[in-house]
Amino acid sequence: MAKSQVLMTVNGKPAEGLVEPRTLLIHFLREQLNLTGPHIGCDTSHCGACTVDLDGKSVKSCTMFAVQANGADIRTIEGMAAADGTLHVLQEAFREMHGLQCGFCTPGMIMRAYRLLEENKNPSEEEIRFGISGNLCRCTGYQNIVRAIQYAAAKMNGVPFQEAAE
Amino acid sequence: MIPGSFAYHRPTSVKEAIGLLANLGEEARPLAGGHSLIPMMKLRLATPEHLVDLAGIPDLKGIRPDGDAIVIGAMTTQHEIVGSDLLTEKIPILREASLLVADPQVRYIGTLGGNVANGDPGNDMPAVMMCLGANYQVVGNSGERSIPARDFYLGVYLTALEPGEILANIRIPVPAAGHGFAYEKLKRKIGDYATAAAAVVLTMSGGTVAACSIGLTNVADTPLWAEEAAKILIGSTLDAATVKNAVAAAEAITSPASDGRGPAHYRTKMAGVMLARALASAKARAR
Repeated sequence: MAKSQVLMTVNGKPAEGLVEPRTLLIHFLREQLNLTGPHIGCDTSHCGACTVDLDGKSVKSCTMFAVQANGADIRTIEGMAAADGTLHVLQEAFREMHGLQCGFCTPGMIMRAYRLLEENKNPSEEEIRFGISGNLCRCTGYQNIVRAIQYAAAKMNGVPFQEAAE
Repeated sequence: MIPGSFAYHRPTSVKEAIGLLANLGEEARPLAGGHSLIPMMKLRLATPEHLVDLAGIPDLKGIRPDGDAIVIGAMTTQHEIVGSDLLTEKIPILREASLLVADPQVRYIGTLGGNVANGDPGNDMPAVMMCLGANYQVVGNSGERSIPARDFYLGVYLTALEPGEILANIRIPVPAAGHGFAYEKLKRKIGDYATAAAAVVLTMSGGTVAACSIGLTNVADTPLWAEEAAKILIGSTLDAATVKNAVAAAEAITSPASDGRGPAHYRTKMAGVMLARALASAKARAR
Protein backbone atom coordinates (compact mmCIF):
# COMPACT_ATOMS: atom_id res chain seq x y z
CA MET A 1 0.00 0.00 0.00
CA ALA A 2 1.34 3.43 -0.93
CA LYS A 3 2.84 5.35 1.95
CA SER A 4 1.76 8.85 2.87
CA GLN A 5 3.83 11.69 4.17
CA VAL A 6 2.67 12.93 7.56
CA LEU A 7 3.81 16.10 9.26
CA MET A 8 2.93 16.95 12.83
CA THR A 9 4.26 18.95 15.74
CA VAL A 10 5.49 16.66 18.48
CA ASN A 11 6.68 18.12 21.77
CA GLY A 12 7.02 21.51 20.12
CA LYS A 13 9.12 20.37 17.19
CA PRO A 14 8.13 19.44 13.65
CA ALA A 15 8.12 15.67 13.06
CA GLU A 16 7.57 14.01 9.75
CA GLY A 17 7.64 10.55 8.32
CA LEU A 18 6.35 8.17 5.70
CA VAL A 19 3.65 5.86 7.00
CA GLU A 20 1.32 3.23 5.69
CA PRO A 21 -2.29 4.29 6.28
CA ARG A 22 -2.63 1.37 8.71
CA THR A 23 0.26 2.56 10.89
CA LEU A 24 -1.15 3.36 14.31
CA LEU A 25 -0.11 6.61 15.94
CA ILE A 26 1.49 4.72 18.85
CA HIS A 27 3.71 2.79 16.42
CA PHE A 28 4.68 5.97 14.58
CA LEU A 29 5.61 7.66 17.86
CA ARG A 30 7.53 4.73 19.28
CA GLU A 31 9.16 3.22 16.21
CA GLN A 32 9.70 6.14 13.85
CA LEU A 33 10.13 9.01 16.27
CA ASN A 34 11.75 6.84 18.97
CA LEU A 35 9.41 8.27 21.60
CA THR A 36 8.97 5.19 23.75
CA GLY A 37 7.34 7.02 26.65
CA PRO A 38 3.80 6.29 25.43
CA HIS A 39 3.37 2.59 26.18
CA ILE A 40 1.45 -0.19 24.50
CA GLY A 41 -0.50 -1.86 27.28
CA CYS A 42 -3.74 -3.57 26.36
CA ASP A 43 -3.65 -2.53 22.68
CA THR A 44 -7.47 -2.51 22.77
CA SER A 45 -8.17 1.10 23.88
CA HIS A 46 -8.99 0.15 27.46
CA CYS A 47 -5.89 0.78 29.56
CA GLY A 48 -4.77 4.29 28.60
CA ALA A 49 -1.02 3.55 28.79
CA CYS A 50 -0.68 4.96 25.25
CA THR A 51 -2.39 8.26 26.11
CA VAL A 52 -0.91 11.36 24.49
CA ASP A 53 -2.18 14.91 24.27
CA LEU A 54 -3.36 15.79 20.75
CA ASP A 55 -4.76 19.21 19.86
CA GLY A 56 -5.96 19.73 23.42
CA LYS A 57 -7.49 16.28 23.83
CA SER A 58 -6.35 13.16 25.66
CA VAL A 59 -6.12 10.47 23.02
CA LYS A 60 -5.43 6.75 23.09
CA SER A 61 -2.73 6.58 20.43
CA CYS A 62 -3.29 2.84 19.90
CA THR A 63 -6.73 3.64 18.50
CA MET A 64 -5.81 6.27 15.95
CA PHE A 65 -3.96 6.01 12.67
CA ALA A 66 -0.94 8.25 12.20
CA VAL A 67 -2.57 9.63 9.02
CA GLN A 68 -5.49 10.86 11.13
CA ALA A 69 -3.02 12.85 13.23
CA ASN A 70 -1.49 14.55 10.20
CA GLY A 71 -1.13 18.24 11.04
CA ALA A 72 -1.82 17.72 14.74
CA ASP A 73 0.01 19.20 17.71
CA ILE A 74 1.02 16.30 19.98
CA ARG A 75 2.62 16.19 23.39
CA THR A 76 4.02 13.03 24.94
CA ILE A 77 5.62 12.41 28.33
CA GLU A 78 8.98 13.23 26.72
CA GLY A 79 7.74 16.78 26.20
CA MET A 80 6.83 17.43 29.83
CA ALA A 81 10.17 18.19 31.52
CA ALA A 82 11.91 21.48 30.71
CA ALA A 83 14.94 21.48 28.40
CA ASP A 84 17.26 21.74 31.42
CA GLY A 85 15.74 18.62 32.92
CA THR A 86 13.50 20.35 35.46
CA LEU A 87 10.53 18.09 35.97
CA HIS A 88 7.01 19.21 35.09
CA VAL A 89 4.99 19.76 38.24
CA LEU A 90 3.00 16.58 37.53
CA GLN A 91 6.20 14.53 37.22
CA GLU A 92 7.46 16.02 40.45
CA ALA A 93 4.09 15.30 42.07
CA PHE A 94 4.13 11.64 41.04
CA ARG A 95 7.65 11.32 42.50
CA GLU A 96 6.84 13.17 45.71
CA MET A 97 3.58 11.37 46.38
CA HIS A 98 4.77 7.90 45.27
CA GLY A 99 2.25 7.98 42.43
CA LEU A 100 3.89 5.01 40.74
CA GLN A 101 4.99 1.52 41.58
CA CYS A 102 6.05 -0.34 38.42
CA GLY A 103 5.68 2.84 36.37
CA PHE A 104 4.14 1.28 33.28
CA CYS A 105 0.94 3.33 33.42
CA THR A 106 2.71 6.54 34.48
CA PRO A 107 3.27 8.23 31.09
CA GLY A 108 -0.39 7.76 30.22
CA MET A 109 -1.53 8.79 33.70
CA ILE A 110 0.53 11.98 33.61
CA MET A 111 -0.59 12.95 30.10
CA ARG A 112 -4.22 12.39 31.06
CA ALA A 113 -3.78 14.28 34.34
CA TYR A 114 -2.17 17.12 32.38
CA ARG A 115 -5.28 17.63 30.22
CA LEU A 116 -7.60 17.12 33.20
CA LEU A 117 -5.87 19.96 35.08
CA GLU A 118 -5.87 22.15 31.97
CA GLU A 119 -9.67 21.81 31.88
CA ASN A 120 -10.31 21.86 35.61
CA LYS A 121 -7.78 23.74 37.74
CA ASN A 122 -9.13 22.52 41.05
CA PRO A 123 -10.79 19.13 40.66
CA SER A 124 -12.37 17.30 43.57
CA GLU A 125 -11.17 13.79 44.38
CA GLU A 126 -14.26 12.43 42.67
CA GLU A 127 -13.59 14.49 39.56
CA ILE A 128 -10.00 13.23 39.48
CA ARG A 129 -11.11 9.62 39.77
CA PHE A 130 -13.71 10.08 37.02
CA GLY A 131 -11.19 12.02 34.93
CA ILE A 132 -8.60 9.23 34.99
CA SER A 133 -11.13 6.43 34.65
CA GLY A 134 -9.74 5.62 31.18
CA ASN A 135 -6.32 4.81 32.64
CA LEU A 136 -5.65 1.56 34.43
CA CYS A 137 -2.92 0.99 37.02
CA ARG A 138 -2.47 -2.75 37.50
CA CYS A 139 -0.39 -2.16 40.62
CA THR A 140 -3.69 -0.60 41.75
CA GLY A 141 -1.81 2.37 43.13
CA TYR A 142 -4.71 4.71 42.59
CA GLN A 143 -4.65 6.32 46.05
CA ASN A 144 -1.26 7.85 45.48
CA ILE A 145 -1.97 8.69 41.85
CA VAL A 146 -4.99 10.71 42.96
CA ARG A 147 -2.89 12.29 45.71
CA ALA A 148 -0.18 13.19 43.19
CA ILE A 149 -2.72 14.92 40.95
CA GLN A 150 -4.09 16.81 43.96
CA TYR A 151 -0.52 17.82 44.87
CA ALA A 152 0.14 19.05 41.32
CA ALA A 153 -3.15 20.97 41.23
CA ALA A 154 -2.32 22.69 44.52
CA LYS A 155 1.17 23.56 43.33
CA MET A 156 -0.13 24.91 40.00
CA ASN A 157 -2.66 27.01 41.88
CA GLY A 158 0.05 28.30 44.23
CA VAL A 159 -1.63 26.95 47.35
CA PRO A 160 -0.19 24.56 49.94
CA PHE A 161 -1.07 20.89 49.40
CA GLN A 162 -3.32 19.60 52.13
CA GLU A 163 -3.94 15.92 52.61
CA ALA A 164 -7.59 15.09 52.98
CA ALA A 165 -8.41 13.81 56.44
CA GLU A 166 -8.47 9.99 56.53
CA MET B 1 -2.23 -5.78 16.68
CA ILE B 2 -1.94 -4.27 13.23
CA PRO B 3 -4.91 -3.83 10.92
CA GLY B 4 -4.96 -5.05 7.34
CA SER B 5 -3.84 -2.70 4.58
CA PHE B 6 -6.19 -0.07 3.28
CA ALA B 7 -6.11 3.16 1.30
CA TYR B 8 -6.91 6.35 3.20
CA HIS B 9 -9.10 9.12 1.81
CA ARG B 10 -9.82 12.43 3.47
CA PRO B 11 -12.57 14.33 1.66
CA THR B 12 -13.35 17.92 2.62
CA SER B 13 -17.04 17.97 1.69
CA VAL B 14 -20.05 15.70 2.06
CA LYS B 15 -20.39 15.61 -1.73
CA GLU B 16 -16.82 14.44 -2.14
CA ALA B 17 -17.29 11.80 0.58
CA ILE B 18 -20.39 10.22 -0.96
CA GLY B 19 -18.75 10.37 -4.40
CA LEU B 20 -15.78 8.45 -3.02
CA LEU B 21 -17.99 5.87 -1.31
CA ALA B 22 -20.00 5.38 -4.53
CA ASN B 23 -16.89 4.95 -6.66
CA LEU B 24 -15.01 2.73 -4.25
CA GLY B 25 -17.99 0.45 -3.65
CA GLU B 26 -18.50 -2.20 -0.99
CA GLU B 27 -14.93 -2.38 0.21
CA ALA B 28 -14.99 1.24 1.36
CA ARG B 29 -16.14 2.34 4.80
CA PRO B 30 -16.62 5.78 6.28
CA LEU B 31 -14.44 6.52 9.31
CA ALA B 32 -15.82 8.75 12.06
CA GLY B 33 -14.01 8.70 15.43
CA GLY B 34 -12.90 5.15 14.73
CA HIS B 35 -13.29 3.96 18.30
CA SER B 36 -15.49 1.06 17.24
CA LEU B 37 -14.05 0.47 13.75
CA ILE B 38 -10.32 0.66 14.51
CA PRO B 39 -10.45 -1.95 17.32
CA MET B 40 -12.40 -4.21 14.93
CA MET B 41 -9.79 -3.63 12.22
CA LYS B 42 -6.99 -4.44 14.67
CA LEU B 43 -8.72 -7.75 15.40
CA ARG B 44 -9.21 -8.20 11.61
CA LEU B 45 -12.94 -8.53 12.22
CA ALA B 46 -13.23 -5.64 9.76
CA THR B 47 -10.92 -5.45 6.74
CA PRO B 48 -12.04 -2.51 4.60
CA GLU B 49 -9.86 -1.76 1.59
CA HIS B 50 -10.63 1.93 1.74
CA LEU B 51 -11.35 4.25 4.63
CA VAL B 52 -13.09 7.52 3.92
CA ASP B 53 -12.25 9.74 6.90
CA LEU B 54 -15.06 12.21 7.59
CA ALA B 55 -13.00 14.30 10.04
CA GLY B 56 -12.12 16.96 7.47
CA ILE B 57 -15.73 17.90 6.63
CA PRO B 58 -16.81 21.02 8.55
CA ASP B 59 -20.49 20.52 7.60
CA LEU B 60 -20.65 17.39 9.73
CA LYS B 61 -19.69 19.22 12.93
CA GLY B 62 -21.57 21.41 15.34
CA ILE B 63 -24.66 21.74 17.50
CA ARG B 64 -27.31 24.28 16.47
CA PRO B 65 -30.92 25.09 17.31
CA ASP B 66 -33.37 24.72 14.43
CA GLY B 67 -36.93 25.75 15.28
CA ASP B 68 -38.32 23.37 17.88
CA ALA B 69 -35.41 20.99 17.42
CA ILE B 70 -31.65 20.84 17.88
CA VAL B 71 -29.49 19.55 15.05
CA ILE B 72 -26.23 17.81 15.93
CA GLY B 73 -23.64 17.13 13.24
CA ALA B 74 -22.73 13.45 13.00
CA MET B 75 -19.03 14.14 13.68
CA THR B 76 -19.75 15.92 16.95
CA THR B 77 -17.84 14.13 19.70
CA GLN B 78 -19.23 12.87 22.99
CA HIS B 79 -16.89 15.35 24.69
CA GLU B 80 -18.50 18.21 22.76
CA ILE B 81 -21.97 17.00 23.78
CA VAL B 82 -20.91 16.91 27.43
CA GLY B 83 -19.56 20.45 27.12
CA SER B 84 -22.53 21.94 25.25
CA ASP B 85 -24.47 24.50 27.29
CA LEU B 86 -27.32 24.42 24.76
CA LEU B 87 -27.79 20.65 25.08
CA THR B 88 -27.34 20.71 28.85
CA GLU B 89 -30.15 23.22 29.07
CA LYS B 90 -32.54 21.85 26.44
CA ILE B 91 -31.90 18.09 26.21
CA PRO B 92 -29.96 17.21 29.37
CA ILE B 93 -30.37 13.44 28.96
CA LEU B 94 -27.72 13.64 26.21
CA ARG B 95 -25.06 14.87 28.63
CA GLU B 96 -26.08 12.28 31.21
CA ALA B 97 -25.84 9.46 28.68
CA SER B 98 -22.63 10.76 27.06
CA LEU B 99 -20.85 10.74 30.39
CA LEU B 100 -21.65 7.02 30.66
CA VAL B 101 -20.11 6.23 27.25
CA ALA B 102 -16.69 4.57 27.56
CA ASP B 103 -14.04 6.80 29.22
CA PRO B 104 -12.69 10.35 28.88
CA GLN B 105 -10.19 9.57 26.10
CA VAL B 106 -12.80 7.76 24.03
CA ARG B 107 -15.28 10.62 24.52
CA TYR B 108 -12.77 13.13 23.11
CA ILE B 109 -12.69 11.23 19.81
CA GLY B 110 -15.82 9.07 19.66
CA THR B 111 -18.65 10.72 17.75
CA LEU B 112 -22.41 10.77 18.15
CA GLY B 113 -22.79 9.78 14.49
CA GLY B 114 -20.50 6.79 14.85
CA ASN B 115 -22.28 5.72 18.01
CA VAL B 116 -25.75 5.76 16.46
CA ALA B 117 -24.94 4.65 12.89
CA ASN B 118 -22.71 1.70 13.70
CA GLY B 119 -25.63 -0.52 14.64
CA ASP B 120 -23.96 -1.98 17.71
CA PRO B 121 -26.73 -2.80 20.22
CA GLY B 122 -24.23 -2.14 23.01
CA ASN B 123 -23.94 1.53 22.13
CA ASP B 124 -25.81 3.89 24.43
CA MET B 125 -26.97 6.69 22.16
CA PRO B 126 -29.34 4.70 19.90
CA ALA B 127 -31.84 3.99 22.71
CA VAL B 128 -31.60 7.62 23.83
CA MET B 129 -32.37 8.74 20.27
CA MET B 130 -35.34 6.37 20.07
CA CYS B 131 -36.55 7.71 23.40
CA LEU B 132 -36.25 11.31 22.15
CA GLY B 133 -37.87 10.60 18.76
CA ALA B 134 -34.79 11.79 16.85
CA ASN B 135 -34.49 11.71 13.08
CA TYR B 136 -31.32 10.76 11.24
CA GLN B 137 -30.56 12.86 8.17
CA VAL B 138 -28.63 10.65 5.74
CA VAL B 139 -27.02 11.56 2.43
CA GLY B 140 -26.12 9.35 -0.49
CA ASN B 141 -25.51 9.59 -4.21
CA SER B 142 -29.25 9.44 -4.84
CA GLY B 143 -30.00 12.31 -2.47
CA GLU B 144 -30.96 13.05 1.08
CA ARG B 145 -33.51 11.35 3.32
CA SER B 146 -34.61 11.40 6.91
CA ILE B 147 -34.97 8.17 8.87
CA PRO B 148 -36.64 8.08 12.30
CA ALA B 149 -34.32 6.55 14.90
CA ARG B 150 -37.23 4.28 15.85
CA ASP B 151 -37.13 2.72 12.34
CA PHE B 152 -33.37 2.70 11.88
CA TYR B 153 -32.21 -0.41 13.72
CA LEU B 154 -32.81 -3.73 11.97
CA GLY B 155 -30.38 -6.14 13.65
CA VAL B 156 -26.87 -6.49 15.06
CA TYR B 157 -24.75 -4.09 12.96
CA LEU B 158 -27.67 -3.90 10.55
CA THR B 159 -29.35 -0.55 9.99
CA ALA B 160 -31.52 1.22 7.44
CA LEU B 161 -28.41 2.95 6.10
CA GLU B 162 -27.86 1.91 2.47
CA PRO B 163 -24.37 1.23 1.13
CA GLY B 164 -22.80 4.52 0.10
CA GLU B 165 -24.95 6.57 2.43
CA ILE B 166 -23.54 8.51 5.35
CA LEU B 167 -25.24 10.00 8.36
CA ALA B 168 -24.94 13.79 8.10
CA ASN B 169 -26.74 14.96 11.21
CA ILE B 170 -29.24 14.07 13.89
CA ARG B 171 -32.32 16.19 14.45
CA ILE B 172 -33.78 15.95 17.92
CA PRO B 173 -37.10 17.58 18.89
CA VAL B 174 -36.57 19.55 22.11
CA PRO B 175 -38.62 17.91 24.88
CA ALA B 176 -41.16 20.08 26.68
CA ALA B 177 -39.76 22.60 29.16
CA GLY B 178 -39.72 21.13 32.66
CA HIS B 179 -39.58 17.53 31.43
CA GLY B 180 -38.01 14.87 33.59
CA PHE B 181 -35.30 12.64 32.23
CA ALA B 182 -32.82 9.93 33.17
CA TYR B 183 -30.41 7.48 31.62
CA GLU B 184 -29.70 4.65 34.01
CA LYS B 185 -26.95 2.25 32.99
CA LEU B 186 -25.76 -0.86 34.77
CA LYS B 187 -22.22 -1.79 33.78
CA ARG B 188 -19.49 -3.90 35.29
CA LYS B 189 -16.85 -1.19 35.02
CA ILE B 190 -15.97 2.05 33.25
CA GLY B 191 -15.64 1.40 29.54
CA ASP B 192 -17.98 -1.58 29.50
CA TYR B 193 -21.13 -1.86 27.49
CA ALA B 194 -24.35 -1.88 29.46
CA THR B 195 -25.54 -5.05 31.13
CA ALA B 196 -28.81 -3.19 30.64
CA ALA B 197 -29.74 0.48 30.47
CA ALA B 198 -32.91 2.55 30.24
CA ALA B 199 -33.60 6.04 28.91
CA VAL B 200 -36.68 7.90 30.09
CA VAL B 201 -38.12 11.28 29.11
CA LEU B 202 -41.45 12.25 30.67
CA THR B 203 -43.65 15.24 31.33
CA MET B 204 -45.73 15.55 34.49
CA SER B 205 -48.90 17.59 34.66
CA GLY B 206 -50.78 18.06 37.93
CA GLY B 207 -49.11 15.02 39.47
CA THR B 208 -49.82 12.63 36.59
CA VAL B 209 -47.73 11.59 33.60
CA ALA B 210 -48.76 13.61 30.54
CA ALA B 211 -46.17 12.17 28.14
CA CYS B 212 -43.58 9.45 28.43
CA SER B 213 -41.03 7.76 26.20
CA ILE B 214 -38.68 4.89 27.04
CA GLY B 215 -35.62 3.43 25.30
CA LEU B 216 -33.68 0.31 26.32
CA THR B 217 -30.00 -0.44 25.59
CA ASN B 218 -28.26 -3.77 24.98
CA VAL B 219 -31.07 -6.13 25.87
CA ALA B 220 -31.89 -7.30 22.32
CA ASP B 221 -30.27 -7.42 18.87
CA THR B 222 -31.30 -3.78 18.47
CA PRO B 223 -31.95 -0.91 20.84
CA LEU B 224 -35.61 -0.95 21.88
CA TRP B 225 -38.34 1.66 22.06
CA ALA B 226 -40.66 0.47 24.82
CA GLU B 227 -43.86 1.98 23.46
CA GLU B 228 -46.28 -0.21 25.39
CA ALA B 229 -44.55 0.37 28.73
CA ALA B 230 -44.72 4.13 28.21
CA LYS B 231 -48.42 3.96 27.31
CA ILE B 232 -49.18 2.16 30.56
CA LEU B 233 -47.59 5.02 32.51
CA ILE B 234 -49.40 7.89 30.81
CA GLY B 235 -52.17 9.22 33.04
CA SER B 236 -50.74 7.56 36.14
CA THR B 237 -49.07 9.15 39.15
CA LEU B 238 -46.20 6.68 38.71
CA ASP B 239 -47.65 4.72 41.61
CA ALA B 240 -45.94 1.45 42.49
CA ALA B 241 -48.54 -0.81 40.86
CA THR B 242 -48.50 1.02 37.53
CA VAL B 243 -44.70 1.18 37.47
CA LYS B 244 -44.64 -2.57 38.10
CA ASN B 245 -46.94 -3.14 35.12
CA ALA B 246 -44.83 -0.90 32.90
CA VAL B 247 -41.63 -2.62 33.99
CA ALA B 248 -43.19 -5.98 33.15
CA ALA B 249 -44.21 -4.67 29.70
CA ALA B 250 -40.67 -3.42 29.08
CA GLU B 251 -39.10 -6.67 30.26
CA ALA B 252 -41.42 -8.58 27.93
CA ILE B 253 -39.92 -7.04 24.78
CA THR B 254 -36.30 -7.79 25.71
CA SER B 255 -34.35 -10.75 24.37
CA PRO B 256 -30.78 -10.29 25.60
CA ALA B 257 -27.94 -12.70 24.99
CA SER B 258 -26.40 -14.62 27.85
CA ASP B 259 -22.79 -13.45 27.99
CA GLY B 260 -20.11 -12.24 30.38
CA ARG B 261 -22.54 -9.61 31.62
CA GLY B 262 -24.87 -12.28 32.92
CA PRO B 263 -27.50 -14.79 31.86
CA ALA B 264 -30.37 -13.56 29.71
CA HIS B 265 -33.02 -13.64 32.47
CA TYR B 266 -30.77 -11.58 34.75
CA ARG B 267 -30.19 -8.96 32.06
CA THR B 268 -33.94 -8.76 31.39
CA LYS B 269 -34.55 -8.18 35.10
CA MET B 270 -31.81 -5.54 35.17
CA ALA B 271 -33.50 -3.75 32.27
CA GLY B 272 -36.58 -3.58 34.48
CA VAL B 273 -34.57 -2.33 37.46
CA MET B 274 -32.88 0.34 35.33
CA LEU B 275 -36.27 1.42 34.01
CA ALA B 276 -37.77 1.69 37.51
CA ARG B 277 -34.79 3.77 38.67
CA ALA B 278 -34.91 5.97 35.58
CA LEU B 279 -38.63 6.59 36.10
CA ALA B 280 -38.10 7.58 39.74
CA SER B 281 -35.24 9.89 38.81
CA ALA B 282 -37.15 11.43 35.89
CA LYS B 283 -40.19 12.03 38.11
CA ALA B 284 -38.01 13.74 40.74
CA ARG B 285 -36.50 16.02 38.10
CA ALA B 286 -39.76 16.91 36.35
CA ARG B 287 -41.22 20.33 37.11
